[in-house]
Amino acid sequence: MGNKILMKGNEAIGEAAILAGCRAYFCYPITPQTEIAEYLSRRMPEVGGMFLQGESELAVSYMLFGAAAGGVKVCTSSSSPGISLMQEGISYITAAELPVVIVNVVRNGPGLGGILPAQSDYFQAVKGGGHGDYNTIVLAPATVQEAVDMMILAFELSEKYRNPAMILADGMIGQMMEPVEIPEFPETPSKYIAGHEAWATIGAKGRKQNLIKTLFLDPTLAYNLNLKLAEKYRRIEAEEVRFEETDTGGDLDILFVSFGTMSRIVKTSMKQLRERKVKVGMLRPLTLWPFPALKIRELAPRCRLVASVELSMGQMVEDVERAVQGKAPVRWYGAAGGFVPTPDDVTEAMMKMIEEVPR
Amino acid sequence: MTATVFKRPEALTTTITHYCPGCTHGIIHRLIAECLDELGVRERAVGIAPVGCAVLSYNYFNLDFQEAAHGRAPAMATGLKRTRPELIVFTYQGDGDLASIGTNEILHAANRGEKITVIFVNNAIYGMTGGQLAPTTMPGQVTTTTPRGRDVGWTGWPLRVAELLSSLRTPSYVARAAVHTPRHVIEAKRCIKKAFTYQKEVRCFSLVEVLSTCPTNWGLTPTEATAWLDKNMVPYYKLGELKTPEQE
Repeated sequence: MGNKILMKGNEAIGEAAILAGCRAYFCYPITPQTEIAEYLSRRMPEVGGMFLQGESELAVSYMLFGAAAGGVKVCTSSSSPGISLMQEGISYITAAELPVVIVNVVRNGPGLGGILPAQSDYFQAVKGGGHGDYNTIVLAPATVQEAVDMMILAFELSEKYRNPAMILADGMIGQMMEPVEIPEFPETPSKYIAGHEAWATIGAKGRKQNLIKTLFLDPTLAYNLNLKLAEKYRRIEAEEVRFEETDTGGDLDILFVSFGTMSRIVKTSMKQLRERKVKVGMLRPLTLWPFPALKIRELAPRCRLVASVELSMGQMVEDVERAVQGKAPVRWYGAAGGFVPTPDDVTEAMMKMIEEVPR
Repeated sequence: MTATVFKRPEALTTTITHYCPGCTHGIIHRLIAECLDELGVRERAVGIAPVGCAVLSYNYFNLDFQEAAHGRAPAMATGLKRTRPELIVFTYQGDGDLASIGTNEILHAANRGEKITVIFVNNAIYGMTGGQLAPTTMPGQVTTTTPRGRDVGWTGWPLRVAELLSSLRTPSYVARAAVHTPRHVIEAKRCIKKAFTYQKEVRCFSLVEVLSTCPTNWGLTPTEATAWLDKNMVPYYKLGELKTPEQE
């Protein structure tokens, strides 16, 4: 058992990177996640780690590439507009099969948008994000504790599959303070990626060249890389789906699918709906990619309505529809622009929605 | 008894390069390889290849290599060197890569004083994409996107990267050399070796701009190209050491 302390989400995320063994962090300031950078600027030198503020998010994404290609565990954090800039580098990192961890404390968009919480980067996070056929592993915390646990998991998964892993948090998770139990490890995890000696660019002493590249002019080689990545992604989809079920037994009037901050509001709304004799349950994806599609498909025939409730104008709902495959009506509810619906808003919207759906 | 007086550096492979006849990339590759051998750092050297004609340069160097996105090599070198300071890290970049799309990355890598070495090959044109305007293209020079010659009123004057970077306060080694005559090749090697020596001694950022020919895209024969470089580029891009860390 570790210590339980009160921590701000962003600072807890920073500490979790250190717990995971990461000793290299590159960043560029952007609200609402700058506290991660500020925290690690102080903390990294204390643990013999490396902190560097880059000239842009674009450059930072390639600093990650350079470090990971040297076999070093590395991470960054940013928020929506900054993550857009990093997408170029993330595509290259994915093609080079390098493990890195990226935290996106999502703010509302599009454009400069605002600095309030949102989940409007869902598409960008789960559908690749940059150019080419690829996926990043996406984890969605709903509490500060989960943000800590998922940071550690993100390092494990990215290393296991040699693929970028992203924490998709939102401004609420980043800014709020909650009690956190800091996990303790019997020994500090290595700051290096396991088995990196076989492929990392660390000097060709006594061996042939190690080369990390993403250009394949020969279409057969380029196709082979895509086949290899696709095989890896099918493996991740088969083995790494994570979700939380709340009251999903029996027949349901409404099955909620919701994640992050929005899922906490839905949980309060679920109490109100039960008082109004509406049978409700929730499937909360912990991994947004891979998405818990099979579980949703399994639950759908027992549901009068499947509701995707999100802080966007309807993004995850597309994956929910794809998962449900017409076995139940699917509806979207949410808000954008930094507005966060209250439990009352959700309850009223659901009462109206359920009436429109035949029994 | 015979003594070996000339051989392939260990830091080069036997692979035949894809460069056009008369292109000077091959000479510059060899100079780098000789310097890494002579400094005894080949086994801890890592190169970062650019986007441009030299994207495949990793096929010709017997070293570990990373391949960068267009312009981003200094950021990748930063990531590697900051986390693996024991390595000798260098980027090899052309003028489209370094002086256009990658100006932010090179400027800030130099300004932070990254202990890396940059070999900047300036041939006043985009080579790989087939001869378009570069920021370094000479006034009046015809390219596929300046068919009537570069109009400096429309696209500005050629960018002098070495002068720009030597204006920074952070100590560094910045030199400009050329490889169009044997005399220039010898001087270029001296600069490149000095640049790597500063890195080996953990002194400072180092960059050598090397004026290079592109006969194919200039539409000249190799000998015409060396003459064109001497006549047009050397007067504008002054050769020599522009900044040394000792100038404090």
